[in-house]
Amino acid sequence: MTEQFFTGNRAAAEAARLARAQVVAAYPVTPQTSTVEYISQFVNNGEMEASIIRVESEHSALSAVVGASLVGARTFTASSSQGLQLMSEVLYFASGMRVPAVMCIANRTLSMPVNIWADHQDSMVNRDSGWIQIYAANAQEVFDNILQAYKICEDEKVLLPAMVCYDGFIVSHVAERMDVLTQEQADMFLPELNGSNRPLLDPKEPLQFGEVVYPDWYPDFEYKKHKALLESRKTMEDVAREYNELFDRPYGLVENHMVEDADIVFVGLGSLTSTTQWTVNELRENGESAGLLKIRVFRPFPDKEIIEVCRNAKVVAVIDRDIGYGTAGMLFPDVTRALYPLDERPKCLNFIVGLGGKDITPETIMKIHKIAEKALRGEEVETVNWPDARIYD
Amino acid sequence: MTKKTKIKDLTNEEFLHYGSLSCAGCGAILTLRHALKALGPNTIVINSTGCMAVIMQMAVPKVPHFHVLFENGPAVMSGIEQALDILGKRDGTNLLVVAGDGGTADIGMGSLSGAVERGHDFIYLCYDNESYMNTGGQRSGTTPFGAATSTTPVGSVIKGENRPMEMRKDVPEIMIAHNTPYVATASIGYPLDLIDKVKKAATVRGPSYIHVFSSCPAGWRTEPRYSVKLAKLAVQTGFVILFEYENGKRTFQHLPKKRKPVREYLELQGRFKHLLGDEEAIAKMEEFVEKRLELAQG
Repeated sequence: MTEQFFTGNRAAAEAARLARAQVVAAYPVTPQTSTVEYISQFVNNGEMEASIIRVESEHSALSAVVGASLVGARTFTASSSQGLQLMSEVLYFASGMRVPAVMCIANRTLSMPVNIWADHQDSMVNRDSGWIQIYAANAQEVFDNILQAYKICEDEKVLLPAMVCYDGFIVSHVAERMDVLTQEQADMFLPELNGSNRPLLDPKEPLQFGEVVYPDWYPDFEYKKHKALLESRKTMEDVAREYNELFDRPYGLVENHMVEDADIVFVGLGSLTSTTQWTVNELRENGESAGLLKIRVFRPFPDKEIIEVCRNAKVVAVIDRDIGYGTAGMLFPDVTRALYPLDERPKCLNFIVGLGGKDITPETIMKIHKIAEKALRGEEVETVNWPDARIYD
Repeated sequence: MTKKTKIKDLTNEEFLHYGSLSCAGCGAILTLRHALKALGPNTIVINSTGCMAVIMQMAVPKVPHFHVLFENGPAVMSGIEQALDILGKRDGTNLLVVAGDGGTADIGMGSLSGAVERGHDFIYLCYDNESYMNTGGQRSGTTPFGAATSTTPVGSVIKGENRPMEMRKDVPEIMIAHNTPYVATASIGYPLDLIDKVKKAATVRGPSYIHVFSSCPAGWRTEPRYSVKLAKLAVQTGFVILFEYENGKRTFQHLPKKRKPVREYLELQGRFKHLLGDEEAIAKMEEFVEKRLELAQG
């Protein structure tokens, strides 16, 4: 283990190198770009034995990854924003082909208007594409989650692709102190990819892939994919346990902070949870009863963990750095769905903040807390709130 | 071209199962049947969406077959090629992408252009039936002037495709502009020539592109028994010029010594029926094919 001062993108590149990714296909898009630039340097300096396919679009990037994966290679790609949207068709193709591909997403909003800064719109609109989605709040988490993602995806019980998402610029471009595994440590954790646990394109054993499935059988395929994603949480727990035993860094599907007796529980994902955690400490010092539930794994959705924490809260403040136009944030409906079967439910509120890279500061979280407090006192408040936008009547 | 394949040289082995889902007289399935006879069992087939993807449901091939998306065949193949290299598993495997004209000239152009420009070692086979036949015969970038398709119908004002003949997207020329090591055109009317070209492509390092003129009785509204005849007539009337391009040189095959009138080709096809009384349009076509033949031969 060596101590380094790396950006999120550098951490992602280091993780791909240590995972011994063999085929990397990517297309430049801000703020992901430097990830693949780092990998290109590794390869051209002989520090990484991989083929880089410098494709002509993101659509082709993920397509190449699927091809490489289906002859048995370990793959890596990265994207953001418009690029991820162009890739959208291929996301379903990849999960349907059950390829264990790992992709990092430096989260950025979607045009128009043009904006290159962080929010979760890009990955959130693709949340139901059959991919595992993990959100990292800092460079260390980016690194640890990518290594773990390979092990999770390649488990024959899972065989699904995974996105490791982290906020553009805030995480992708900010250098932080972090620990990087040595190659020996990484190899100990992540063995060579075993291609024999899944069907491959091989002239010695010809099989057909990507064929039509007629209506009578289609639901069965879909159910199996859904079930594999739901049950991947078991693999995630095992992989996290092993990672912790080896490297002393614990990971759960969620991470709780001061939630035990909290009346108000903030729920969020990505780098905003760091700010929220800091603010929760402040609130606690002022005698307020607040806590934070940080979602690390968004797909499969951690229903059980959310219910466990939120059932005892009075107000659940779901912070979304994205917006489902015409309804609410995209994290909010999943949280409320998970809590709905409870006989007694906490009041659930949604807060849309930080869109297009607007800074989420402790003051933003304090504003959210004020509204949540109103609800706690029984006063009427809006369900979906935009505390950091100028509201025009 | 070195040694020419003769019928007696052909393997009796079939790499596609009998009873495919293709229409009677389908040119696409013939294209793949011939190509696989040329390539043999050590082949991986990537199939962009189109008729072929549906046909292959029942034509269960003796080689691995992967139906991908409409536009990403060459990109998927790029990944396969690079992965096989880095894993040390290439082992002389022929990598074949098969796509229709829609998947090639239109929606898959970017993917094809990228894969060829990067120099991946694979063969791209386009079966060109001049429209989107899998979705019921809509106009594509290679639909010829005058052809009636479901999106260029014969109306009272506009009759069929009205984009001039010379504006049609010419994919082989686009591939030549990429400095593709081997570019060829072929026709299902000349299977031995097609087989020779596929064999040649397999020996070339880097990308090869073969554009196969491939009849479609359903889309062209022709009798299935005329499929091969039409694929020959297209060459004999000059609509299709068979050539090979390598090392900056172009050689021609089956050039018509005495070109047949285009009417012979048009009158067998329902899609051109409305043109038969239009002497001006037919004269224009004659002029076009004549000029192109002259131009091609320098």
